[in-house]
Amino acid sequence: MRTLKAPLSEDTVRSLRLGDEVLVEGKVHIGRDEVHIRSLDMRERGEDVPFDLRDGVLFHCGPIAQKDDGWKIIAAGPTTSARMNALEPRFIREFGVRAIIGKGGMSRPTLEAMREQGCVYLAFTGGAAVLAADGIRRVECVEWLDLGMPEALWVVEAEELGPLVVAMDAHGSSLYEQVDRMAEENLAKIKRDLGL
Amino acid sequence: MDLVAVIEEAVVTILREAVIRVPGDVKGALRRAAEEETSDIARTQLETILRNLEAAERLSLPLCQDTGVPVFFVSGRVCSEIEEGIRMGVERATREIPLRPNAVHPLTRENPGTNVGDGIPRIVYRPTGGAHTEITVLPKGAGSENMSALAMLAPSDGLKGVKRFVLDTVVRAGGRPCPPTIVGVGIGGTADLAMEMAKEALLRPLTEDSHDPTLRELEGELHEALNLTGVGPMGLGGRTTVLGVRIGTAYCHTASLPVAVNMQCWAARRATARVHPDGRWEVVR
Repeated sequence: MRTLKAPLSEDTVRSLRLGDEVLVEGKVHIGRDEVHIRSLDMRERGEDVPFDLRDGVLFHCGPIAQKDDGWKIIAAGPTTSARMNALEPRFIREFGVRAIIGKGGMSRPTLEAMREQGCVYLAFTGGAAVLAADGIRRVECVEWLDLGMPEALWVVEAEELGPLVVAMDAHGSSLYEQVDRMAEENLAKIKRDLGL
Repeated sequence: MDLVAVIEEAVVTILREAVIRVPGDVKGALRRAAEEETSDIARTQLETILRNLEAAERLSLPLCQDTGVPVFFVSGRVCSEIEEGIRMGVERATREIPLRPNAVHPLTRENPGTNVGDGIPRIVYRPTGGAHTEITVLPKGAGSENMSALAMLAPSDGLKGVKRFVLDTVVRAGGRPCPPTIVGVGIGGTADLAMEMAKEALLRPLTEDSHDPTLRELEGELHEALNLTGVGPMGLGGRTTVLGVRIGTAYCHTASLPVAVNMQCWAARRATARVHPDGRWEVVR
């Protein structure tokens, strides 16, 4: 299985194909709904954000973290990426994200922004929180804890985070769209067979 | 004997049990699904799920970071100490296990960090009498809860309308509710009762068929149909879209046909404690 080392080059990202299984290593930014809202608001007001995601990896996740000497992530599975659909195209373009780790897939406008900027969507098995935490070596820093533990921005160092499936590539293809189309066709047939 | 403290202790224990390991019927269904999948991607998803379950048990850690909002079902002997005991238990469990502090104000989004607030934990009372109290917890994650749907069908839509609505709802949810899911369905009642039945139906183990032959048949038919859709584990394609369909029904107005769908992610966590009036208690499943 191929290991992607963050930061990622555009060439690396564009070389990935739907269905490839990969692991991620290096710096990963964990952020979800409120991180998208706040950072785009700050950008709109011309303010600096406390992170640099250029060529970076964004992980849609709200972890459980515990503080002893420092912070430790104990459970960190992916959250439903579709909630970020409305903001993600702007977020990708604004901050230069190269890879998004999440679950459930994202919309066509996001896929379009990914194709344009050179960014991929890596599906992680939803709920596999202990394995995900096992792939996080340490917490580098946390910002915006005022948003609450799940909504804060966590910057972490990953090691063998995965397995991840390339589910939306940088060429405009989405495994979710393919499955959706197939499921709609299957559904129509099932309804006919059941006399619905 | 302080019954509030007893209930608090029992609640911390069942919450810990629930978030660390899924019940045997769910694990068995996931194992069988992994064996039956033929595509690499689908198999990887289910094998990752099974490896994660083992790791969570080995390390005594919550198997999913979304430890949900705590939903409680209380039956048997209902006494006045229950609510306070549950609220204190949830607060302590959030600190000790720990659970992710998920409960926020709906508008300000302020997070008190305790998983306790107005209306949360949600407690459904079924005062059925008897010598002891049964407290069941169902930690409900948002990914699957967000896919809930209610239809107030016309009576003329009939059983066919019910089937169409369930199939459409599950297919439209795609990978978002973390399939393979368990699909809770409430048919009849009022709008609120339909949804409550859909959620309560999720408590019935996958190994336990409905007592009602008509519902048993309907559950089987929908289960089979949904696994022909190809949505698959995590919506990435495959044979296993659902692990089961559980249906509850109630009488409804002659002019109504409410149908509610409440989905449960594969991390179908639940645990029950039995609390006796003398302060003894045990985990029963």
